[in-house]
Amino acid sequence: MNGDREKILGRIEEALQVPARLSHHGAGHGNGGQSHAAQPFAGVQVTAPFREWLPPVGHELKERLELFARQSSALRTELCECADAAAAGARITALAEAGNWKKLGLHAGALTDAIVPHLPSSLELFRTDGGYDKFALETCDAGLTECECLVAQTGSVCVTARSSGGRALSVFPPHHLAVASRSQLEPDLTAAYELLARRYPHGYPSFVSFITGPSRTGDIERILVLGAHGPKWLTILLLP
Amino acid sequence: MSVTETIAEPVAAAAVSDGIMDQFWNDVDRTTADSARRAFVRKALRGYEVKRDETKASFADWQAAREAAARTKFEAVNHLGQYLRQFEEKFTSRGGKVFWASNGQQARDYILKLAADRGVRSIVKSKAMTSEEIHLNDALEESGYKVVESDLGEFIQQLKREPPYHFVFPCMHLRRDEISALFEKELGSAKTDSPEELTMIARRFLRRQYIEADMGISGGNFIVAETGMISITENEGNARLTTAMPRIHVALIGIEKVVPHLADLALFLPLLGTAGAGQWLTCYNSMYSGPRQEGESDGPEEFHVVLLDNHRTRLLADAEQRDALHCIRCGACLNVCPIFKNIGGHAYGTTYQGPIGSVITPHLRGLQNWKHLSGASSLCGACTEACPVKIDIHHHLLHNRRNAVAEKPLWWEKWVWRGFAFAMRRPWLYRLGVRLAPLAQKLHPVIQGTPLDPLQAWTQTREFPEAAPTSFHDLWQQRKGAKR
Repeated sequence: MNGDREKILGRIEEALQVPARLSHHGAGHGNGGQSHAAQPFAGVQVTAPFREWLPPVGHELKERLELFARQSSALRTELCECADAAAAGARITALAEAGNWKKLGLHAGALTDAIVPHLPSSLELFRTDGGYDKFALETCDAGLTECECLVAQTGSVCVTARSSGGRALSVFPPHHLAVASRSQLEPDLTAAYELLARRYPHGYPSFVSFITGPSRTGDIERILVLGAHGPKWLTILLLP
Repeated sequence: MSVTETIAEPVAAAAVSDGIMDQFWNDVDRTTADSARRAFVRKALRGYEVKRDETKASFADWQAAREAAARTKFEAVNHLGQYLRQFEEKFTSRGGKVFWASNGQQARDYILKLAADRGVRSIVKSKAMTSEEIHLNDALEESGYKVVESDLGEFIQQLKREPPYHFVFPCMHLRRDEISALFEKELGSAKTDSPEELTMIARRFLRRQYIEADMGISGGNFIVAETGMISITENEGNARLTTAMPRIHVALIGIEKVVPHLADLALFLPLLGTAGAGQWLTCYNSMYSGPRQEGESDGPEEFHVVLLDNHRTRLLADAEQRDALHCIRCGACLNVCPIFKNIGGHAYGTTYQGPIGSVITPHLRGLQNWKHLSGASSLCGACTEACPVKIDIHHHLLHNRRNAVAEKPLWWEKWVWRGFAFAMRRPWLYRLGVRLAPLAQKLHPVIQGTPLDPLQAWTQTREFPEAAPTSFHDLWQQRKGAKR
């Protein structure tokens, strides 16, 4: 039932009888001139410290917050620093009034639960916890989710099926509201992966995603359009 | 007409070698004559280069990052069997199913049977070049399934019944008025010249498809061996919806897409975004490690990964060109290629266009039928320089040329070289030839433009340089005489 497994693995093994060389004619940059035969299968731990070659992120929290804010604005993410849950609720209320929202999708969590009492009673709440009707989710004007962490280097929000009310809540409604506290800011992708490995030693959530700005496309004449299929707007509510 | 009609193949699959090559030259003549389209594509690619260079500059060390990526893929590809086994074990332990397909037929049959067994009616797809490679949509539609492409560019190409022009930017050759006319005709929408409005027309049309589809089919950018995940890079959110809403998710992915560790993506995701579109990170980079798990509120009940060989192991067996399997399909080599800029994506007649396509297609679909693509290169090396995983692309084009001739030498070419060697070894014959050249050139107009003309390929579009009345050798002798 698993197809040509043995045949394909056999062909691979046969093909790899002849070792390849890691060599490049275009010597002159990096270690391009060197050549190496394949090392024995290591299985784990060949990952290099990529960090040093990627954009620097700064050492202080303040620097990282500034970097995150810069990246957010370049990506057209709205970054909203809120003094407390009431302030976050007030921001959502303002957005709801401006956008004439009727229904807000959300899930249970320490941060979202704290915000709910500060939302207008006219706003219908739709919870995805434990399963939901897809057609009903389509009628939500916005989705409010928590996240695993924020990434300063890239301006990303890391969501998972476990932390953020499932897979669809953060992508189907036209406006995504992500709530996080300052302590959730990680410097870079490497740190974010380390955090996930620590948090889920017995199995990752089935879905992990780095959201970097609102949904976009450049497929028509390379002109940027936001809200291709996912949210047109992304608001990050940053609590202390 | 409906969106589900069959997309025509650019080239008949069973055509003989000459047919494919003739088609190539005909298409090249046609596309290079369309200077307006060429200017349009060039402008788009210039925009890409500016953005990419900006993003590259933000790396602390771009070259070191490329080198690290090359080494990581080298490790993965040269231990492919072990890493695929590791992936399979992890992935199946989470309730996923892995199917190994030797060729397109097996992959198509598996997906068709799955759809039939599960009572699937409609299918939504996110971008997957592997599905173009095995003509999956045609097979599904012939069996009566409704299939909708959800990536905006692919959606447009599906409506147009045309294969993608570029494997990252499928409709980069189309102007907005052409897209508007297409939407008007196929979807009955109002005419508009705003890219935003056009995008919203597609958005409104596709939203329902995600909810109603029973099966979502995606590709995959990376297979993560360590954690049993597949990673999908996108900007629009259509892949996220395709993999979140339908009750079955099928990912069709080439066996070479492996990286050893999850943390490797901390390097590969920025490299792919930067080289592919000049974005530091694309909008959504998602990693999937199974169907919906206990305690999760949504996601598919079933998740099948179809690992596709389709002659990749043939390329793997060529140790010299094995690094072509390091390719992460960013499209950077197309974007900088002077040939791609002039002949465009469709002329190649391949699933994978541009320099990397010219390298791998002869391995995937037969060297003799596709060797002409190795000649569609100026060997300038811009592709090799642009490649984020340092594939030696332009040298591989030379390797393909060499291999094609070694495998099937041209009889007349051998005789031309023998004649050349004969003349070169006999100075009197060479000198006679040089003396006769001006005379021969005077007589040339008699046969010029006819099939008898040995210089036809050159003189069709160019003047042949005039033969010098006195040879360099004679001049040299005269000067030496004068000095004395």
